[in-house]
Amino acid sequence: MCLGIPGELVDTVAEQPDLGVVMVSGVRRKINVALLADQDLRLGDWVLVHVGFALSKISEDEARAVLAFLESIGTPYADELTALRESNIDGWPGEH
Amino acid sequence: MRYVDEFRDAEKARALAARIAQLCEPGREYKFMEVCGGHTHTIYKHGLEDYLPENITLVHGPGCPVCVIPMGRVDDAIHIARQPGVLMTSFGDMMRVPGGNGSFFDANARDTNIRMVYSPLDALAIARQRPEQRIVFMAIGFETTAPSTAMTLLRARAEGLRNFFVFANHVTIIPAIKAILDSPDLRLDGFLGPGHVSTVIGCRPYEFIARDYGKPVVVAGFEPLDILQSVYLLMRQLAEGRCAVENQYGRVVPWDGNPIALQAINQTMRLRPFFEWRGLGFINHSALRLREEFAEYDAELVFDVPGVRIADPKACQCGEVLKGVLKPWECKVFGTACTPETPIGTCMVSPEGACAAYYNFGRFSRQRVREASRV
Repeated sequence: MCLGIPGELVDTVAEQPDLGVVMVSGVRRKINVALLADQDLRLGDWVLVHVGFALSKISEDEARAVLAFLESIGTPYADELTALRESNIDGWPGEH
Repeated sequence: MRYVDEFRDAEKARALAARIAQLCEPGREYKFMEVCGGHTHTIYKHGLEDYLPENITLVHGPGCPVCVIPMGRVDDAIHIARQPGVLMTSFGDMMRVPGGNGSFFDANARDTNIRMVYSPLDALAIARQRPEQRIVFMAIGFETTAPSTAMTLLRARAEGLRNFFVFANHVTIIPAIKAILDSPDLRLDGFLGPGHVSTVIGCRPYEFIARDYGKPVVVAGFEPLDILQSVYLLMRQLAEGRCAVENQYGRVVPWDGNPIALQAINQTMRLRPFFEWRGLGFINHSALRLREEFAEYDAELVFDVPGVRIADPKACQCGEVLKGVLKPWECKVFGTACTPETPIGTCMVSPEGACAAYYNFGRFSRQRVREASRV
């Protein structure tokens, strides 16, 4: 819950400007990007994701460093990824 | 220097350790508190204390949100979960936190169906899918997670959802730091400021620590080098006779925080007059509840909530650990009656709790328990 996980913004969501699609360690998920509405986010940008929300924009170098660090801590990161994998913030059955 | 090869940039770590050592005044003891549980995890995982000169001690603070949830709130959540048509949800970290009558997992084994979610937005999604049920999200965390609860509430209201509720347990870091500064138990020389919380609140809220208490603060990142560099920056301030707030984690933390997140919190939540912190007792203005405008989403108003205060188990010394007065291995039940499998205290539940971190990286705990047993 406390981990900030780097994700690369890879897609937008039609008619839902608050949402974006990120890739996190091979997991593709919708997240909420409204907290960075003043940051002019573009596809290819990296963000730190906390419980389904992008909380800060970071550089790609920082993202890779954070990912390497998270991978080194083991179980807490694995648990967070498992939880993220099961996340479906859009809430319509069968959709991710 | 035994663990120097275990993380990247070992050369830089050695160089930093040497520079830190040069700044130590002979005969002076230094105590720095790392407020955030994420820092505690890194410190134990990488054995960072072994890099530091012996007269520098890192003291572990109260910044693990799971660890500070009092037992009574766990019981309250289970009580809400038992009410008709309710589906209680919370972060996975909450599931094993013991209440007066067991954890969420224990309750689920009896008669509840408390579900783990990754995000409050997942709970909102369940509410959309199941209009016949009342979906309650047990919200926990410092300012890092409070914006997510706030944004979810705003979205629930925008969508007109009436079957989504929040059981708010958000806490704020500044009053806890102030309580520790005012506590007579502990003399500290400076703070490693929390990284992710500061992403939201920025660095200015820590200025009172330098101004009113004369202690330096360095907001720190989570990698081993971040922490060593932050200790170096604290030591440099002390050596130069300065005390200020510095931001070592500027690559993620903006000096002014995230204004949209702060506004969302402010729009949906207000400070409680006081809130109980596990082990620390009642701290004034230290937690958030929903504003009156969101009363229809406030589980504390909509549901029957017993609100009974449950004293911590007598054997448990989490309070002393959370204040940094005791090291985890100095607690009487550490590693014997209290383990991550059967936690008595919350510090043993969360991977960011000081006790679980010590326990999981056993090479340190064993060494230190041996040291303790010789005393």
